[in-house]
Amino acid sequence: MMSISPFSALAESISPSVIQGFVLAMLALIVIGTVVQMIHHKNVTYFFNNAKKAKLAAERELGVGEKTSVILKTVVHDIATTAELGAGKRRIAHVMGMYGTILFWVASVVLVFGYTGTGTAAPTVWPMIWHVGAIMTCVGGYWFWLFLRVDVLAEAHPWYRIIKADLFVLALLACATTGLAWSYFQSSGSTGLGYLFLVLFITSNLVLFGGVYWSKFAHMIYKPGAAIQKNLAEADGSRDNLPPLADAPKQFGLGIKREQPKHY
Amino acid sequence: MSTFVYMTRCDGCGHCVDICPSDIMHIDENIRRAVNIEPNFCWECYSCVKACPNHAIDVRGYADFAPMGHSVRVRREEEKGTISWKIKFRNGTTKDFVSPITTKPWGKFIPKLAEGEKPNQGEINSQMLYTEPNGLNIDGKLPSVPKDTFKKGVYY
Repeated sequence: MMSISPFSALAESISPSVIQGFVLAMLALIVIGTVVQMIHHKNVTYFFNNAKKAKLAAERELGVGEKTSVILKTVVHDIATTAELGAGKRRIAHVMGMYGTILFWVASVVLVFGYTGTGTAAPTVWPMIWHVGAIMTCVGGYWFWLFLRVDVLAEAHPWYRIIKADLFVLALLACATTGLAWSYFQSSGSTGLGYLFLVLFITSNLVLFGGVYWSKFAHMIYKPGAAIQKNLAEADGSRDNLPPLADAPKQFGLGIKREQPKHY
Repeated sequence: MSTFVYMTRCDGCGHCVDICPSDIMHIDENIRRAVNIEPNFCWECYSCVKACPNHAIDVRGYADFAPMGHSVRVRREEEKGTISWKIKFRNGTTKDFVSPITTKPWGKFIPKLAEGEKPNQGEINSQMLYTEPNGLNIDGKLPSVPKDTFKKGVYY
């Protein structure tokens, strides 16, 4: 199962151009959802206004080299390893889910556009990446949703309480789970169950990409932007009006590390 | 006046929910970010502001002592044991202060809540705060001072 591209088998019964059209339609849904959300929520306006305020409050002007260095550090530290989540389970789960999803989506695009209907069999590595990506998404995502969600940890709500904020994570998990199930049943010859999970896979993709406007999908775009803005503000001294890092006298003693909010 | 949350900074970790003594910092159901659900009940204790690891919480001060256009922001550095304040007046004047963290170590004078008895769902859903009503030490009624315990003398 792991080394077989589920899209190649699907292309035997459905035209490859339909599958490719579906992927393009999902890309279009992301773009439309994000743009409409930008217009309605005024997120970009907020970022520009914030940047203007930071420029006015800046203690020094950053050169192009300094800005590039700050942005690169942010990409490596804050974005690639989601440093804002601190050192803990939540960060591991997020990193696992994030890279799993990236692998899952990249492999999907490569398999659909590179090896479906071309007569060329996909090298084993791409189906492997697709499956590993889906499994990583499931592990990170279910770990987060069942155990690490703030609703469960700090608010003491039961894990099965579903709210609107779950739309993104649940749709993503549904995609990865039903995708894996579809691949398994299709490769094992269970046609009925294969089709059932294919329909569920398509539906969950439609919910995930069609729900961009309502879900937290766009955090993939805004969070890196916010991290870059925050680090540039630290570097130019505006710091969002925050005080500078303390130069602590020795008599201040050791800090007190408070408990994490995991009391329930 | 009350705390408010910068949505781009908040990552929904729940530290403010955990620490708020009024139990008014909660997680929004639509975007899973912190929100002050009852600004009128916020007494500006700054607990959540200091606890927030992302400096996502700010406070709008009352206009009588903090005219519009001001900013009072705080940075807690646990490893250094410092709380730094930056006061920015609306005329642009700024003042910086650094103070020590005076909180007692966890587990010494402050009970380790994680090791305590887990509350049941009824207690979690109740309006009572942690240790209430026993923690209030009022034996189920308002505190009173019996007359026979009064000191002799003139009372107004």
